[in-house]
Amino acid sequence: MSLLTVKNVGKRFGGLQALNDVNLQVEEGSVHAIIGPNGAGKSTLLNCFVGKLMPDTGSVTFDGTSLLGLKPHEINQTGVSRVFQTPEIFSDLTVFENVMISCLSKRDGAFKLNAIAALKSQNDIRNHAEEMLEDVGLLEKRNMNSSSMSRGDKRRLEMAMCLAQDPKLLLLDEPTAGMSRADTNNTIELLQEIGSSRKITKVIIEHDMHVVFSLANKISVLAQGTVIAEDSPENIKGNPKVKEAYLGEAQP
Amino acid sequence: MFEKIKNNNTAIMVLFSIMVLAGPLIMAPFGAGYPDLLQRFAIYGIFAVGFNLLFGLTGYLSFGHAAFLGIGSYSAVWMFKLLTMNIVPAIFLAVLLSGLAALVIGYVALRRSGIYFSILTLAFAQMAYNLAYSVLTPITNGETGLQLSLHDARILDPVNTSGSLPSTNFFGAAMNATAKTELFGMTLQFNVGFYVCALILILAFYISLRIFNSPFGLMLRAIRTNQTRLNYTGVNTKPYTLAVFVISGMYAGLAGGLLACTDPLAGAERMQWTASGEVVLMTILGGAGTLIGPVLGSGFIKYFENIFSKINDTVLDGWFSFMPDSMADFFVTIVHPFVGKGWHLTLGILFMLVVIFLPGGLVEGATRIGQWIARKTGAAPESKANSTVISTVHKD
Repeated sequence: MSLLTVKNVGKRFGGLQALNDVNLQVEEGSVHAIIGPNGAGKSTLLNCFVGKLMPDTGSVTFDGTSLLGLKPHEINQTGVSRVFQTPEIFSDLTVFENVMISCLSKRDGAFKLNAIAALKSQNDIRNHAEEMLEDVGLLEKRNMNSSSMSRGDKRRLEMAMCLAQDPKLLLLDEPTAGMSRADTNNTIELLQEIGSSRKITKVIIEHDMHVVFSLANKISVLAQGTVIAEDSPENIKGNPKVKEAYLGEAQP
Repeated sequence: MFEKIKNNNTAIMVLFSIMVLAGPLIMAPFGAGYPDLLQRFAIYGIFAVGFNLLFGLTGYLSFGHAAFLGIGSYSAVWMFKLLTMNIVPAIFLAVLLSGLAALVIGYVALRRSGIYFSILTLAFAQMAYNLAYSVLTPITNGETGLQLSLHDARILDPVNTSGSLPSTNFFGAAMNATAKTELFGMTLQFNVGFYVCALILILAFYISLRIFNSPFGLMLRAIRTNQTRLNYTGVNTKPYTLAVFVISGMYAGLAGGLLACTDPLAGAERMQWTASGEVVLMTILGGAGTLIGPVLGSGFIKYFENIFSKINDTVLDGWFSFMPDSMADFFVTIVHPFVGKGWHLTLGILFMLVVIFLPGGLVEGATRIGQWIARKTGAAPESKANSTVISTVHKD
């Protein structure tokens, strides 16, 4: 069954046709990678899923509901979490508080005026947040100010915040961009661990082929705003169209 | 751990209550132990505590909070004119109407953030000021200000036959009643009005403490840090900011109402932008985002306004009288511009020093001194932990 369905999506920025008739089906339980050269429209496509951009044509349906016209927080509440290219966390707050916010959003929804109850007495939230930190290996750093962590740890924290919401779909926008080899491998391991213990459908947008081939079980290749190939990783490797998009035309 | 934090909150409240209730005793040696000024300390403390909920937690800098102060004062005086001189209905209406005004202004102004939000609130406050000053003269009595008169209805009060204006009261206890005692050669003045304001300040502070430590407070701090992440975490930030804006407006209205309770008149100048700026200064001077900071800041500024401004050359001559005449004259000349009418100069310098060297305000200064003492005496880090608990939001 397809969880996320993208049909005939097009988006134009002035004279540039950023997306042209994009069709995509993300199967439930799959790890679906969207790859493509710079400027292929990967980020534009992702922004159409999360309520940041409104496509000119087409539809985006998640789990039976249309995502078009919804605000970012409404989309999140339907079960779509997002990891950013540079980790977006609450840098003034501690690691634990960061995760508690996610847990509160999961429990209380988009708004609840909970002004008199003490945070200290919200045991369900605290236990939930501790579990999540344990899962990503940050429990001993819970009282640290999140801004003073390494990039890799910030990524872990962001992941914990997404997992705390128990999403149906996790969108990862270049999760290893700008990371060292070691941090990249750590992130891959983390994503594999998460994948093995929970059934979360993932959409990964990525440059790094090492990451893509370690994680994805389906790959869509985007070039100049259109999907030029969609297949399993093995078949994508040998696809001449993909080679052409990445490396240019073969010399005769 | 839980018990400890709980006790800490209780400790903060007990300490704060003692300090406030002992106000007449503590402030008397500084020449500030008279009811008028003590009431001001408490009332502007409430104003700043409420402002800090908005600015300190969410980072939304409102430049129009004086509008709510003014609305509170006008509502209270109208209650005195129409209903009764008892302050309870007056305070009730002041909080209610300023809350409603905050709902309307906040709904519009919170569509923008940062400097645009500040400008929008400033614009609203100036509108309110001009309405009060001219357009709404039938309600506000314009330039003269709204005052009590002998012909007011006061339908709940017995008919006034004394021929003088009645005074505000709290269930019969006149707000301006004062008991005086002598202690160590100082006159201590225990004033009903001050104690009413002090109790309300303690309550207001307690609510602020609860909000700081609540899930709501955490969301507000998250708004200050990263609204994008919060949106993508499924939280709608708009109702949160609107809710805290209304709460903060109600605090301001409460303060305005109390100003009218201690002195039953209301004028448009209470809504002027300088008054809005003053509460910003109070909060930053004391320490924005800290619990106690705004109370300290408002106390500091009101002290300067009332005490420093009263120091004249005769007082200065007294200070420097131990010196030879020429030297004394020299010092008086040097100090003269900084006191009396020039008290703003001293306050300005102090404000600059705090913002440059202590971005966390007076509270940060106190914390640093505490840490310095702890280092010198080699005391356990426990004392440091205590001081940070009071100065900042609890870390887990």
